[in-house]
Amino acid sequence: MTDTAHDALHELAPLRGPRRRRAQPSGPAGTSRGILTRYPLLLVVLVLSSFPIYWTFTIASQTNAAVGQTPPPFLPGGNFLANARRVFDTVDFSKAMINSFIVAGAITASTLVFCSLAGFAFAKLRFRGRDALLLLVLSTMMCPVQLGVIPLYAEMQVLGWAQNLLAVIVPTAVSAFGVVFMRQYTIQVVPDELLEAGRMDGCTSWGLYWYVVLPALQPAMAVLGLLTFMQAWNDFMWPLIVLSPQNPTVQVALSTLAAGKYMDYTLVLGGTALGTLPILIVFAFFGRRIIGGIMEGAVKG
Amino acid sequence: MESLVRHTSETATRRLMRWADRGVSPYLYVAPFFVLFVGFGLFPILFNGYVSLTDRDLLRPGAETFTGLANYRELVGDEYFWNSVKNTFLLMLMCSVPQLALALILAHLITAVVRLRTVVRMGVLLPNVTSIVAVTLIFGQIFSRDFGVINWAIGLVGVDPVNWQAGDWTSRASITAMVVWRWTGYNALIYLGAMQAIPKEQYEASSIDGAGSWRQLWHITLPALRPTIAFTALISLIGQMQLFTEPLLFDAAPGSVSGGSARQFQTMTLFMYEESFRLGHLGYGAAVAWVLVVMTFALAGIGYLLTRRGSWLGGTT
Repeated sequence: MTDTAHDALHELAPLRGPRRRRAQPSGPAGTSRGILTRYPLLLVVLVLSSFPIYWTFTIASQTNAAVGQTPPPFLPGGNFLANARRVFDTVDFSKAMINSFIVAGAITASTLVFCSLAGFAFAKLRFRGRDALLLLVLSTMMCPVQLGVIPLYAEMQVLGWAQNLLAVIVPTAVSAFGVVFMRQYTIQVVPDELLEAGRMDGCTSWGLYWYVVLPALQPAMAVLGLLTFMQAWNDFMWPLIVLSPQNPTVQVALSTLAAGKYMDYTLVLGGTALGTLPILIVFAFFGRRIIGGIMEGAVKG
Repeated sequence: MESLVRHTSETATRRLMRWADRGVSPYLYVAPFFVLFVGFGLFPILFNGYVSLTDRDLLRPGAETFTGLANYRELVGDEYFWNSVKNTFLLMLMCSVPQLALALILAHLITAVVRLRTVVRMGVLLPNVTSIVAVTLIFGQIFSRDFGVINWAIGLVGVDPVNWQAGDWTSRASITAMVVWRWTGYNALIYLGAMQAIPKEQYEASSIDGAGSWRQLWHITLPALRPTIAFTALISLIGQMQLFTEPLLFDAAPGSVSGGSARQFQTMTLFMYEESFRLGHLGYGAAVAWVLVVMTFALAGIGYLLTRRGSWLGGTT
């Protein structure tokens, strides 16, 4: 059991503040009967959760004739490149990919900069109205911003940003969640004494942010950055409204693929496979950190 | 004498710098968030209220007339609107309840896993990193009438193929499957995080008393997780209230925005999209949006009052 505890702590290490105490990880006692039912059940869960992804790549590598057979083909075929080429011929998928990288990258960068700055100010600086402003940030976390799309569209027309990537980037360039997350983490990992010492040495508050807080925030910023990037990459409703099919993001291009005269499944799932691949790669490399971030979110606050 | 003058002006400059640093810079640090949020988040939502009182067309920007409550009067008598309200609430419950119940059971299964811990957790979260567009398109194939795996599988046991997209309940069940598939693992990880704060002694004591693992889930884990469960329920209900992508892309007729041939799965968000961006009735669409905004805040308010100390963190939806 000690091993389990150690493992769990290790898993959460990227997000654990040095000054923080945490209850021992725990779990129901593993009786031998429990283990016998637990692992087969988990295997079923894992098969169910990965099957649709596997299925996407299977269909994407088949011909339409093969997909129409009974039983359907359960193993990948050799037609993936041909289907991928058809995707690029049907919609401007390379432009969509580039657009999605620009959009997700810009949103991630600005979220990290502005949220860490605001989080630092809320955590460590004293200023008039701070608590009221923080309350405002907290209350906006539930705000259904996607319901403001009609006036937002009018706003974009006035600004001349309609059908421009700016219209997708700027409205989601910060998040209340990011501010709250950064504030919480700053409180946990940056001791007040360290900042006092910095002040004594003549550091301005910008200097404190740049030299003391920012380096300490790296692990949390990695988590926030990953979550933000994936969310921006996957966003659909607003890009669909404000962008044209000629200048789409990946998700918008996929919906265009699916809106053909008839459902061409090898084409549509070929595009889906291509558009999901970048996220799967990010997830394969940084999945542990993302999981740590989601689990940590629940025990705080 | 000269050096004294220079000295005083130097301290004045320094004092000014210090004032700028301590008194002004904090506002500059939080300003970008508030400028962007007010300009592109809060203002549009509130301005919705005004737009909903006007008659304006997508294709004729600027040409609007103030019509008072006319849009809302029309809404009350619009059977398509009430159909979308019904579908929204049905799908909200159909998606949220099984999702959270399964997530709890899943978290209970995972929590004692020692071997392959990371593999199991990543496998469980995999559906959630897939985009909703991708999920809907994939499930559209899986549930397709002619080439779908589901129909092939039920055919093995002698059941005739089901036209999932056409029926009222079969289409809603398919959408439920997509949402549950995408969100169960995410919620399970949130529960898993919260479970680690439960003292181990409680489980040990009940083990000595002979309680099995599932009894522990019911008697120890569930009560301890109550605030977390309330929080995830709130997040999931609010999220499902805005269901849009699934009913848009699951439609059997490509490009259709009516949520099925008989509008059997058109949600309020999709109805708002159809009215404002397909038919161009921006004012009418804004009235629908405003009803949704009020409903969302009401739900959040009820949730807040019921939980009070619910954690505000963890929701990235």
